[in-house]
Amino acid sequence: MGRKLLFDKAHIEGIRYYDVYRANGGYGSAEKALKSMTPEQVLDEVKKSGLRGRGGAGFPTGMKWSFIAKPEGVPRYLVCNADESEPGTFKDRYLMEFIPHLLIEGLLISSYTLGCNSCYIYIRGEYAWIPDILEQAIAEAKKNGWLGKNIQGTGFDLEIYVQRGAGAYICGEETALIESLEGKRGNPRIKPPFPAVKGLWDCPTVVNNVETLATVVPILRIGGDEYAKYGTGKSTGTKLISACGNINKPGVYEIEMNISVEEFIYSDEYCGGIANGKRLKACIPGGSSVPILPANLLLKTAKGEQRMMTYESLADGGFATGTMLGSGGFIVLDEDQCIVKNTLTFARFYHHESCGQCSPCREGTGWMKRVLHNIEHGKGKMSDIDLLWDIQRKIEGNTICPLGDAAAWPVAAAIRHFRDEFEWHVLHPDEATKRNYGLAHYADPLEIAAPAAV
Amino acid sequence: MAEEKKLFKVKIDNISVEVEPGTTILNAARQIGGDIVPPAMCYYSKLKGSGGKCRTCLVKVTKGSEADPRPMPKLVASCRTTVMDGMEVANITSPEVQEARKGVVEFLLLNHPLDCPVCDQAGECHLQDLGYEHGADGTRYEFKRRTFEKIDIGDKIQLHMTRCILCYRCVFTADQLTEKREHGILGRGEAAEISTYIHKALDNEFIGNVIDVCPVGALTDKTFRFKNRVWFLKPVDAHRNCENPKCCGKTVLWMRGDEVFRVTARKDKYGEVEDWICNTCRFDKKEAKDWVIEGPRAVERHSVISQGHYVGVTKPKDTLTEVLDGRKPKLLMDIHNVSEVNRPGIDLSAIQGPAHSDDFNKK
Repeated sequence: MGRKLLFDKAHIEGIRYYDVYRANGGYGSAEKALKSMTPEQVLDEVKKSGLRGRGGAGFPTGMKWSFIAKPEGVPRYLVCNADESEPGTFKDRYLMEFIPHLLIEGLLISSYTLGCNSCYIYIRGEYAWIPDILEQAIAEAKKNGWLGKNIQGTGFDLEIYVQRGAGAYICGEETALIESLEGKRGNPRIKPPFPAVKGLWDCPTVVNNVETLATVVPILRIGGDEYAKYGTGKSTGTKLISACGNINKPGVYEIEMNISVEEFIYSDEYCGGIANGKRLKACIPGGSSVPILPANLLLKTAKGEQRMMTYESLADGGFATGTMLGSGGFIVLDEDQCIVKNTLTFARFYHHESCGQCSPCREGTGWMKRVLHNIEHGKGKMSDIDLLWDIQRKIEGNTICPLGDAAAWPVAAAIRHFRDEFEWHVLHPDEATKRNYGLAHYADPLEIAAPAAV
Repeated sequence: MAEEKKLFKVKIDNISVEVEPGTTILNAARQIGGDIVPPAMCYYSKLKGSGGKCRTCLVKVTKGSEADPRPMPKLVASCRTTVMDGMEVANITSPEVQEARKGVVEFLLLNHPLDCPVCDQAGECHLQDLGYEHGADGTRYEFKRRTFEKIDIGDKIQLHMTRCILCYRCVFTADQLTEKREHGILGRGEAAEISTYIHKALDNEFIGNVIDVCPVGALTDKTFRFKNRVWFLKPVDAHRNCENPKCCGKTVLWMRGDEVFRVTARKDKYGEVEDWICNTCRFDKKEAKDWVIEGPRAVERHSVISQGHYVGVTKPKDTLTEVLDGRKPKLLMDIHNVSEVNRPGIDLSAIQGPAHSDDFNKK
């Protein structure tokens, strides 16, 4: 059994409620931080832990927090990004639904560290029932003196507000989230200025993912140094992975970042192998926007090393032969799945969710979707594959926010690794509508290039 | 005590310039002038907060600053990125930038109807210029271009949503010049459109300026609609004592003979107005006697407008009235009665690809 830090008490009945949570050591970390530590000491612990943002980009949280501007007389804000809309990612939902007090405790400690007196949870509109759970938990915490004025007699004030979004993927981008929170159209802002300087209502703001903020609690409980001993290298601690697709046991798993991808997929503790005795064809390990990898590159890197569930190992080989850990939306595809169809599904999603502010994404996502639609429905041409490649190249990096990249990467990776399948779709349009390309050679062991002579 | 301001040294395409801190790369380039100025479709120096959306002004920062010489990883929007001391920027010297710009132009033209032959903006359209300078000679887009439901936004301004490139300039104009903005962007992604909430007419003393700021033919002057081609008109500077204190009263009259076809604000060489004018000046004062004419407006040589030399124009003799001798002209034949072409029942936008006579013969 892997060690757990977030879900160690998740199985206890009634952990959703304050009394059970408190009885099981809840709010211990907050008590420790507020009563015996200065904000600088807490920040130091977080820095020592090596915690990286769990929202997708993997930016060190301690560093992000130290960037926040601290002008006199200007309020600072902490915003919790619960707009979890990436297809394949549903880890925050589990956290908020079943252990809401863990998030509230994390918010309390983080706000204390950053010196914020109001804090917002921006939750996606589709999670219609979760705001009620959170608000109930906030009311319980308030009743017991963990929120409001003069928390536990320490003189620190904090209010947490829950704000529902209207169900837009783009509002998960931090500046679009801030715009939406201010009551405006959810368009990403042009950076700089960064939110750490000018965020919510032009005040310094930190936007963090739900899981990141919740992880602050175990860090304080066991200490930053101890936390850094979990995981491997720069990928410290544990990570929530929401596994879905053709596996025997889909669900949210907490893994310590020292297991291999193979172990994660096939061990009974986690995914439990591919469903119905099929073979693994491809996998998208970090939510829909990260590059898809064929089975042979997923389990072993291009250098022939075992691929691990860490930020570094998954990114090994760059975009040519690697991918990203992203937000941990682990989508597994078996041999019956069609990559073209899968890519079309993602392209359709990004086309639908583009905010329409900057031209490459507004026009390019629709174009890619239409070309892919043609290929999928047997009307494609060979030149369409090159055209797709060219479109994604012209979107990537040229947009205001990372959604442009997120739309371009899945298409790029699908063509890079599964070009044969695209070509088969074009050359055999009738057959392609009736059957799938199958596993083909995508699980064949790769030839490993001999190291260059020195 | 006046403190001497430190100027930042910037190199754009290997041309050095010293600018004040806080200047954007685009404005630094404009201080140098010439070919190295990146094109801008959405940025408007008079409108706060504009820019960053169209991505035509992307440049490569090859050296961040003197203190931090690392290059920036991505291309940046020059209209919204401020200069640093010792920054080095590549615009036309970078093939990467040229390639990206070509891509952006293609994206901007993807759903544009290319109806320049019937568009009032033709001749002074920034998208036309941009396409001419940076675009490819054909499109690779094989799908139906998007269309929108037509909405009426009043009797002075015509909205053609299909031509819009969503630069947001008109939104900023309404925000910053008028007390209440009545139009905005509705919908998202490809479906985003300029519209009014519950179809309202745009009615404000300064709302006419949205016509001037629009880089394409999406917002045009209804009082000038289909009246004349801009290059057939002769622009002259003029002014009047406007009763509105916020209006500068300095305009350009677009004339043919002694007839005033339209009135616009004065624009600089980047197509930005020098000062805003009110609706009365723009729409209601259409006679030469309303204005004090200062002299011909200098138009850049490369502009198609400068091709319209009208030296010593004499008004053509209206022979028709002479022949008719006071009688009213009689309609002898309605073309729709005899010709299948231009049948009003056929929606041209429903035809895929360029319209051809075969399209009409199908049924």
